[in-house]
Amino acid sequence: MITLTEVLTLSGLLFAIAVAGVFLNRKNIIVLLMCIELLLLAVNFNFVAFSRFLGDINGQIFVFFILTVAAAEAAIGLAILVVLFRERRSINVEDLDTLQG
Amino acid sequence: MFPTILFFAFSAVLVAAALGVILARNPVHSALLLVLCFFNSAVIWLLLNAEFLGIVLVLVYVGAVMVLFLFVVMMLDVNIEELRKGIAGYWPLAVAVAGFVVFAIVNVIVVRHLGGVALKVAPPLPANYSNTRELGIALFTRYAYPAQIAAVILLVASVAAIVLTLRRRPGIKPQNVSEQVRVRAKDRVRIVKMSSERRP
Repeated sequence: MITLTEVLTLSGLLFAIAVAGVFLNRKNIIVLLMCIELLLLAVNFNFVAFSRFLGDINGQIFVFFILTVAAAEAAIGLAILVVLFRERRSINVEDLDTLQG
Repeated sequence: MFPTILFFAFSAVLVAAALGVILARNPVHSALLLVLCFFNSAVIWLLLNAEFLGIVLVLVYVGAVMVLFLFVVMMLDVNIEELRKGIAGYWPLAVAVAGFVVFAIVNVIVVRHLGGVALKVAPPLPANYSNTRELGIALFTRYAYPAQIAAVILLVASVAAIVLTLRRRPGIKPQNVSEQVRVRAKDRVRIVKMSSERRP
């Protein structure tokens, strides 16, 4: 049988890979958005695993809502990205310095 | 035994695909490898008896979100080489942060055994267990209001995406359909009453 330790280790590995991706692709907004999707997937793994091993359906309800919000976030993020590309002809994070941050 | 073998096989592909997502040179390859990640995750969720969420992951993520990603990646004319410049300098920090995250998580899970919670074996499910029915019962009774709020969030997101990307370019002459429908005969033809004139 699959044990909880294995699933949690898998989700931890996935989370670490996604965090490394955020640091590695810090110039490219599209890949940054994909890394955020991977992060959310790793978190969802934890919810599903604990839901199964505790015998509690509420964890899966949370995954449902996280999927909803992640889909909304992806839609708005990509829309902002398209507008940004139209204005600047670039998706490099270093070009986004209008606020002098 | 067979589910365990399946779990490890799909986990290996999942981790490899996730590494491919962050290392691929071309964003299109990243998006396609992310699709592979979602498929593998869906299978692992099926193995964990979360059937409904596994199917939803394929339908919503692979079917909608990732197609959106691919569409945007292919639509934008991005200079990849410019974005890849200087990536070698980011390696040490990325590896350090990832190593720290793995260390922290493994410390909690393996060394401390989740603070002593004994969750070695999943509880057995009854013979007529239906994951979709259980999820539906919870979603439409206890979580009825949150479900409606989620629906409103999706509505706002779709409206926002359209409003953000809508653009009116000056200088072009598009049809204004509502104006065309609204027009009446008296706006276009003027009938003038006048007396008859004699030829000079």
